[in-house]
Amino acid sequence: MAVYKQTYKDYSGTRTTPWFRFFILSRYSYARLFKSKFLVLFLAVCMFYPLGCAVFIYLSHNIPLLTALRLRSGAMPPIDGEFFNVYCVVQGALAFLLTTLVGPSLVAPDLANGAMSLYLSRPFSRTQYVAGKMTILLLLLSVITWIPGIVLYLIQAGCAGWDWARVHAWLAGSIVLGLWIWIVVLSLIALALSAWVKWKIAAGALILGVFFAGAGFGVAINNVTRTHYGAFIDLMQVVRTIWSDLFRNGSSADLSVTEAWTVLGVTCGLCLWLLARRIRAFEVVK
Amino acid sequence: MQTVVELARLSVCLGKREILTDLSVELSGRIIGLLGPNGAGKSTLILTLLGFCPVTRGTARVLGHDIRRHIKQVRTLVGYMPENDSFIADMTAVSFVRMMGELSGLPAESALERAHEVLFYVGLGEARYRTLGTYSVGMKQMVKLAQAIVHGPRLLILDEPTNGLDPRARRRMLRLIRDIRDSGQMHVLLCSHLLRDVEETCQEVLILKQGRIVHYANLAQERSVNQRFVEIETSGDNAGLAEALTKIGCTCTTSGGRLKMVLPEDFDLRQIYRVAAKRDLPLRRLNYRRDTLEDIFLKAMEA
Repeated sequence: MAVYKQTYKDYSGTRTTPWFRFFILSRYSYARLFKSKFLVLFLAVCMFYPLGCAVFIYLSHNIPLLTALRLRSGAMPPIDGEFFNVYCVVQGALAFLLTTLVGPSLVAPDLANGAMSLYLSRPFSRTQYVAGKMTILLLLLSVITWIPGIVLYLIQAGCAGWDWARVHAWLAGSIVLGLWIWIVVLSLIALALSAWVKWKIAAGALILGVFFAGAGFGVAINNVTRTHYGAFIDLMQVVRTIWSDLFRNGSSADLSVTEAWTVLGVTCGLCLWLLARRIRAFEVVK
Repeated sequence: MQTVVELARLSVCLGKREILTDLSVELSGRIIGLLGPNGAGKSTLILTLLGFCPVTRGTARVLGHDIRRHIKQVRTLVGYMPENDSFIADMTAVSFVRMMGELSGLPAESALERAHEVLFYVGLGEARYRTLGTYSVGMKQMVKLAQAIVHGPRLLILDEPTNGLDPRARRRMLRLIRDIRDSGQMHVLLCSHLLRDVEETCQEVLILKQGRIVHYANLAQERSVNQRFVEIETSGDNAGLAEALTKIGCTCTTSGGRLKMVLPEDFDLRQIYRVAAKRDLPLRRLNYRRDTLEDIFLKAMEA
């Protein structure tokens, strides 16, 4: 071996700004995640529905093509709040599946392998760690939710004209806000559960459990107690209530919009509390 | 010489238990040993210096920075090798060390270059593209050392660096620690149960017991002081020689056929030879009796 390789050399070069250091974690995680062909395939599948919607929007504005296909333009469902609400439900479900795929592997391995003390012994805070890990999910989920949603809105605006875009500008806001709420809640739950159980498989099962078992128990509680309180633990119903309100659709849900926002706020608070408890350089055994 | 670690009445509580109590010391050696039995508070002291444990009372400064007010600067200047397994199993060594370098503030290209350099330096050059999950215990220890030095820290904190190493790997680790010491570019704080490791590498030793400092020793000074202790082995009448040496000011005891003595100040060693020659007594061996670190440690534990 060359002699220079056996001698310790000091580092005296430049240092990067600490503000964007959290993104280093995201970068390395993406490199690892995208080694999985399944994930890449799943992301491609997630684009099918937005692509179908884009074709639908194009078709519904293309009278000659509709005529050629012997379809009446009036028979096509309108591109309105309900259309984008359905888009949110479909892409939201896919976002949930993507979260169960990616989320468990974010924090659990670091805690299980004791890597936390290595991260936090550097000029790198717990907040930056959580931000770095959360960015992974936020960007991935954005790619399949609100970004294609906004593209669909722009296609519709392009086809229907400036007047439609001006009158329906609130739709763009609803798409972005509604889906951001969902991906933030999903990311926080995934990170918190991944940090809590420290085991990838268990974390994945727990994420599924929180949503499906929550919905099941919610219905059971409603039936047994003949109240609507079970809906508080059904996060899917909670977020659907918010979406219905944002897209100005009538909701048949058991929850009021205020109750739904409160439940989401409490859920996010709980997740942040859990993360603050678990993301530490070492554990104190009392 | 720059003070590396300065503690002033430092106390740390975890839960309701006080783990460290009123620690006050200034450490400035190139390589400092931290010793103590299990539960003495060594690891807690290290975690406190890294800002992981909140200070209950007092202050602690690392390389002149208060750990309560300037913990980010402290962490920029410190490299930490934890005692337990700490790695990311599905990353290659080079990616792992590079990422740790970047998190310490190195630009991506410099971090990659440094990652290769330090992995060669710790002897993992050929295995640097293997995932860490496939590494042996010894290799994982070396990777931990590599990630601790990748960003060129001013203080390297090593918590039980020879844990789980076979004799060959242990020698290699100690050689690297001595090499880092001799490079003069960083100070080392070495926490170990193995007295021999500390004795072989350290200049200063801080001994903790039940969260308190029971002994602080500059090993080089202790060794020079110990030059007043001499051990003689003769092939004849020890008792007579002891009597004669006592008359010229030495304090002597005989044990196991050997004569141990404490020499007075400014004592000329040639007087011993003269006394022995007068008595026609051949001296078979004359050694300076050094207190080993084990002696120092045991005395501290008994105190």
